[in-house]
Parts: sequence; C-alpha cells; structure tokens
Amino acid sequence: MSEKFVIPIGPQHPALKEPSHFEIFVDGEEVIKATLRLGYVHRGIEKGAEQRTWTQNLYLMERICGICSHVHAMAFVQGVEALAGVQAPPRARAIRQVVAELERLHSHLLWLGVAAHEAGFDALFMYSWRDRETVMDLLELLSGNRVNYSANLLGGVKFDVTPEQKVRILDGVSFLEERVRYYLSVVNSDETFLGRTRGVGILSREEAERLGAVGPTARASGVPRDVRVDVPYAAYSEFPIKMVLSQQGDLQARFVVRLEELFESIRVIREILNNLPESELTVRMPRRIPAGEVISRVEAPRGELFYFIVSNGSDRPERVKVRTPSLANWGTVLATAPGHKLADVPMLVAGIDPCFSCNDRMVVVKTAR
Amino acid sequence: MGDKDNKGIGFLDKIRTWARVNSPWALHYNSGSCNGCDIEILATLTPRFDVERFGIKLQGSPRHADVLICTGPVTLQSRDRLRRIYEQMPEPKFVVVVGSCGISGGVFQGCYNVLGGIEKVIPVDMYIPGCPPKPEAIIFGIVQLLEALKAGRKPDPVLIMPETQLESKV
Repeated sequence: MSEKFVIPIGPQHPALKEPSHFEIFVDGEEVIKATLRLGYVHRGIEKGAEQRTWTQNLYLMERICGICSHVHAMAFVQGVEALAGVQAPPRARAIRQVVAELERLHSHLLWLGVAAHEAGFDALFMYSWRDRETVMDLLELLSGNRVNYSANLLGGVKFDVTPEQKVRILDGVSFLEERVRYYLSVVNSDETFLGRTRGVGILSREEAERLGAVGPTARASGVPRDVRVDVPYAAYSEFPIKMVLSQQGDLQARFVVRLEELFESIRVIREILNNLPESELTVRMPRRIPAGEVISRVEAPRGELFYFIVSNGSDRPERVKVRTPSLANWGTVLATAPGHKLADVPMLVAGIDPCFSCNDRMVVVKTAR
Repeated sequence: MGDKDNKGIGFLDKIRTWARVNSPWALHYNSGSCNGCDIEILATLTPRFDVERFGIKLQGSPRHADVLICTGPVTLQSRDRLRRIYEQMPEPKFVVVVGSCGISGGVFQGCYNVLGGIEKVIPVDMYIPGCPPKPEAIIFGIVQLLEALKAGRKPDPVLIMPETQLESKV
C-alpha cells in the first residue's frame, strides 16, 4: 500500500495574497489529486446589486476585482447601454479601450512578478513590479486613482485624454515595451526558470476546450478564443488586436503568450492615442432602464468575462450574473496537477493567474433528478 | 496591547520594544477584499516604496507575526479564520486595517454575506482609509503605529487633511 497523504493549504497561506483552501493528495512527492475550496471572499455582490441603482452598481461592480476593475465596469456599462439602446460616443469607446489595455499591462506585469515569486525568482518579481509602477502612474495620471479608476459612466467615460497626458502615456508605454522585450528574453533563456516552466503543466488543446479554459491559459494551448477578436466591443473593431497563440500548452507558453500580448496592447494604445476620434464623452442615459435582458462579454486580462443583466424597467437591476475567467480556468489546474511534484503546484496555480475575489461567486447547478 | 504603559519597565522590555519597532513582522490576511488593497500592500514591498528599508517584513505564519494587516470586509466564511489567525499570533499583537471596506464594510455594506468591518471580529489598533489607500498612505499609517509603539501608547488619530480645510469641505 502506498502512503497517501493529504496536505491542506490555506485559506491563509504565504503563496498568494488571497484566501482559498487547497487539499493536495500526495504519494511521496507526487501529486495524485487536488481539490479546491473557494468562497472565503464571497460577499454576495450579485444580490447586493439588486438593491442598488444602476449608477451605484457601477461602483460596486468595479470592486468585484481590484486588479481588473475597469473591465468589470466596462462589461456592466456595455450591457446596460445595450438594454437602453444607447451607444457610447466613439471617443468614449476609444478611451475605454485605452484604459482596458493599460489595465492589461498592469495586470500581466503584476502576474509576471507573482508567478516569478512562486518560482523562487524574486529578482524578476522586484523588477517587474518596479516597472509596473510606470503603468500605475499613467492610470493615476488619467483617472486620479491607482486602482479602481472609475473610468466608466453609463453612456460614456468620465475623463478625457489631454495632449499632455497623451505624450506621457506614449513615453511610458515605450519604456515598458523595451522592458517587456527584456522580460521575454529572460523567460525564454534563463535556465533555472525554464526548469520550472518548460514542459510543466502541459494542457493539450482538446483538454483546454473540454475544460472550458479561457484567456491566455486557453490561448497558450492553441485555442483561438479572445472576445476582443471574436466579438469586438468598445473600439476594438476600429482598432483591432491580433490574437497571440501558442501550441505548446505548458507554463512557458503561458508566460510567452501573456508577455507577447503586451506588445499588442502597447501597439493598440499607440494607435488609438494617435488617432483618437473627436466626439463628446457622454450621451444621455435614462434613469430607468427599459425591461429586457442582455449578455455582455469582454476580454479581461485573465480571459472572457461574462455578464448577464436583467432589467425590469425600474432604476435597479432585477438580476446581475457574473462569470469570471478565473472560475473557468480552475478546472485546468486541478486536471493538470496530478503527476506533478508538489513543488510545482504553486506554479501551476499561478499559471492561470487566479483571482479569488472574482471567482468566489455563488453558482447553483440544477441537475435532472 | 500587551504592555499598556511603559513606565518603570525593565531593561529587557526596553530591548524588546527596540527590537519590535526596528523590525516588525507583518502578516497579511484578506477576509473578503476586492484585491485592490492587497496589491497595494504588495506594492509597498517592491522597489518604488520598499518598506523593507524600515525593517518591515511580510511573512507567512501568524506565529511569527507582530502586526496583522487586514484588508476587506469580514465575510461569514472567513470570520472564524480571521479570529483563529489573530489568536495564533503571540502577544503583544497589533492589527492594522487597510482600506474602507475593513473600516466599515465600505461599498459592500448590506451584502448578505458581509458582516462589516474588521472591528466586528477582532480589536483594531490602526485604520488606514482609502479605496484603496495609496502605498504612501499605508507606509504613513504603519510609521504612525511604530511611533506609538516606541512611546508605548495607542496610536493617536491623525487627520491628514488640516482641520480648516476639512471644515470648508463640509
């Protein structure tokens, strides 16, 4: 009989900054099974949304996740605008896209640092977080806050990009482009780091599709899935983005895909700022949103973010349902973990860029009796 | 607080206070936060802000911690965990709350799974407001706590905005 052992990790654990509970079944060093318990940061936001007005909800939705706050608000706002039959002016949509791509820059650099930290490569962690401050400065310059920028309004955006700001943003992203190129070379050439990533956590394309992986996790396995390309929103149809794919499916591919995505983000930020459409920033929105239901999807830094909004014609939503990318990606961690060494588990977890505050949602699964 | 007043304390206590003020070890627990405060706390450790220059170190075990940094409102599921972590910390221990949610529940007030601020569950020594507070504010708050520790008293409430300005805003 082999000696099986259960290692409980969390909810308070040194690896990630957010609470979650893992149970890892090991046979010696080898993982044979992994389970996950979520829900420590479940706050009941979806229910809370029903007690707040459409405008108040903007601020609540933004605080579902502090890392990708803009995309949450954007998905919500786009859904509500579709319900009201209103389209945001072109300049507002372009500014939304600029902020979303700046957010992707900050989120991926943040992730690069955290993932490098899990691999024991603290120098990379410190370097990437130092450079991330450049994006934080740009976001602060635009919105006045480093996190939770509140860029969106129902029917438009809150702030404009002035010519002076444009110059500073272009300077900032040029600096970052150089740094990201350097990080890409580190990720692809550092022997010790490659030892932790190459061939680890291989997720085949079929498996990624079966488990419903989204975002960079799916794209690193060769699944062409990107809402920005599939169903362009904001200004993505005027300023399209190229999908970055890799066929390898291992951790290294996820690093490469995320970093190469940043070049696309930087390119599109430049393109938009140099051709910013002229228009007003907001259009008038009714206080009561006509009854109906809508699905709104955007591509968050971690993958597809899904909003389902029902209005009953009052000034409050009847139902808001959120499906976040981290939740979709958990299956891939639990499926790839068996067969790996226990020490690889933090890397596998970090590989999907998990965000617990997003994914602790209530899901009711109805099964046929 | 463990040693309530520092009058007439012995030599050993002085050394202990000196050591504690020079190198407080902090533990971070997110009891339901949106992550915004957590990444700002992490940002204070990285090169731009670098609180490690004050000897502050973030580490993993409650049993080694002097300061508990809490973020977010308390959810029903994390309530017991928060209390357990607090109880596992050795005396004297200090609790710093970062962010509006930890102070009052913030934007999540009224959500069914949210109890409210951290003070509903464990005693709090220091509040740092903001959504999220800037890294500078977090550093300022922790330095206030350390100064109070040095003097052996509870931290005083600090108004960052001068009162005259505050009145004109009201």
